[in-house]
Amino acid sequence: MGIHIENISKSYKDVNALKNISFDVKPNELFGLIGPDGAGKTTLFRILTTLLIANEGKASVAGMDVLLDYKEIRKHVGYMPGRFSLYQDLTVEENLKFFATIFGTTIEENYDLIKEIYVQIEPFKDRRAGKLSGGMKQKLALCCALIHKPKVLFLDEPTTGVDPVSRKEFWEMLKRLQEKNITILVSTPYMDEAALCDRIALIQDGKILQIDTPEAIVNQYPKTIYNVSANNMYQVIKSLKAYSHQHSVYPFGEFVHYTDTREDFNTLDLNHYLEAQNLTNITIEKTQATIEDSFMELAK
Amino acid sequence: MKTIGYIIQKEFKQIFRNKGMLPIIFVLPLLQLIILSNAATFEIKNIKFAYIDQDRSATSRGLIEKFEASTYFNVLDTYPSQALASSAMLKGEVDVVLEIPLHFERNLQKDKKGNLGIIINAIDGAAAGVTNVYVSQIIQNYNKSILMDVKELSDQQIKPVTIETIPLFWYNKTLNYKTYMVPGILVLLVTMITLFLSGMNIVREKEIGTLEQINVTPIKKSQFIIGKLFPFWIIGMALLTIGLIIASLIFNVPMIGSLLLMYFYTSIYILVILGIGLFISNFTDTQQQAMFIAWFFTVIFILMSGLFTPIESMPRWAQILTEFNPIKYFVEVMRMIMLKGSGFMDILPQLIKTIIYAAIMNVLAVWSYKKTT
Repeated sequence: MGIHIENISKSYKDVNALKNISFDVKPNELFGLIGPDGAGKTTLFRILTTLLIANEGKASVAGMDVLLDYKEIRKHVGYMPGRFSLYQDLTVEENLKFFATIFGTTIEENYDLIKEIYVQIEPFKDRRAGKLSGGMKQKLALCCALIHKPKVLFLDEPTTGVDPVSRKEFWEMLKRLQEKNITILVSTPYMDEAALCDRIALIQDGKILQIDTPEAIVNQYPKTIYNVSANNMYQVIKSLKAYSHQHSVYPFGEFVHYTDTREDFNTLDLNHYLEAQNLTNITIEKTQATIEDSFMELAK
Repeated sequence: MKTIGYIIQKEFKQIFRNKGMLPIIFVLPLLQLIILSNAATFEIKNIKFAYIDQDRSATSRGLIEKFEASTYFNVLDTYPSQALASSAMLKGEVDVVLEIPLHFERNLQKDKKGNLGIIINAIDGAAAGVTNVYVSQIIQNYNKSILMDVKELSDQQIKPVTIETIPLFWYNKTLNYKTYMVPGILVLLVTMITLFLSGMNIVREKEIGTLEQINVTPIKKSQFIIGKLFPFWIIGMALLTIGLIIASLIFNVPMIGSLLLMYFYTSIYILVILGIGLFISNFTDTQQQAMFIAWFFTVIFILMSGLFTPIESMPRWAQILTEFNPIKYFVEVMRMIMLKGSGFMDILPQLIKTIIYAAIMNVLAVWSYKKTT
């Protein structure tokens, strides 16, 4: 009853958006599709929501084939496109009522499913959707996608352009929806959100790099990562990149994530090297790999 | 049914909430009706008239007096030579130059024949044609009275035999241009507004991304299309109503035929326009594109509808093309019903063609509308 994707390929004119993609999403799973812009996430969503027809391969959603049973799929999936796509000139309540009506249901019928989310925007129910804040818009869009009690929920970059507090709330809502027997496929370019999914697929240039639980992906990271910082961060990056034993150097928040090619790497060597580059306040500490590190390593 | 009803309700809410659009839908077309109906006339007044009188006789002066008496002509000046008159016309100071040659009166009396030179500025061909008719009419009328005089003087026995025609203009007795224009301009505004609005409407949902969301719902495309287009059908009918009220209040245009018949025909005609609008929006991605295409077709349809220029004067190939112009039929039917009082059987040919047109356009439009991209 989840999602089954088998050898899906899709190309637009001369761009191969998806190259032979296969994976499964288990029922009731919160599955994340993680990748940068242009990786093919939206194309995959559009194929699964029957808006686009793949060049090759098969896919089914909740046991229904995307080509043969597309009409049935449209009754049982909720889709939230990346761009806010509700009627800006209708009020919150009118938008919700509109989507309930075209799905042949009413707000009352499935109110329990959206209640938790809807109570947060209910004070603004007479406000036009275009006048809502980014976080509010996302909540309304989620309500509209849920109003017909879908079996599978597709969320295409739901948190892009949303503030950190709303993002956190949004993910908590997804967790609760999962408990109500809804399979969720969510895409995001934010690596920190990946850790909140049950399983994730790292995707780049239309190819799946790896599929596993976030923990497993992090654990498979082959190297030891060091947080490096000094008084002049720009100089640090430049120096590290010039260092003959460097494996990877990425800025990461207030630090630089550094890995070394040598098995017997000693932080002291690096310290000496950086001092020789006229840097002061040098700190070098071991740190845990993150999804982002894994992604960068795989995408290398 | 409930779904369609709700979409229609939603559509109306959106139309009436769009504060910029409302005046465009209702006020501008009526301004257009009032301005165009008053401005678009074939009558030409205050034609700048000059003459070269080389004869200087009683007859030539009498002729010039006739022009002075006419309300159509402003007798501006007299020129001693043709060269000066020509340079004045080149500068745009005069529109018509009448040249009366030497011995005009004498030739007229002796040979019952006289030549006059008329030069008309034909930079605007239509205006020149009308001016020519005015000038000829004045000269002919004057000619008749001269002939009488001349003949009375010379030969009493021979009675002049002249056949006089008194034209009778049916359905528009006074040849009032407003009576003729208003029904046509009503057609123009009903067509333009419904075509533009319906053409832009579904594209707008594409542009703001809501169409994608709608496409992932179980809604049938017929439900969606009917729900989207029905409001514009209503608006088209409302515009016709307001236009008719203005036509009878301000312009006193007669309404001889059956109003019911007119509404019946219009209701089918609007279906053609909505079909075209939907067809346009299926093949465009932005409102701007839809607008330009709709504009392109309306201009061609209007200019070839017989609204401003008679279809009879078009070349053969263009006349055949007008058979495919829905606006042509609407203009014909409006004038027939309003001015002539035509009944159902009279407009049947136009009605049948319009129904076929509506069926073809709507089938094409619904067929080309796809829920997938």
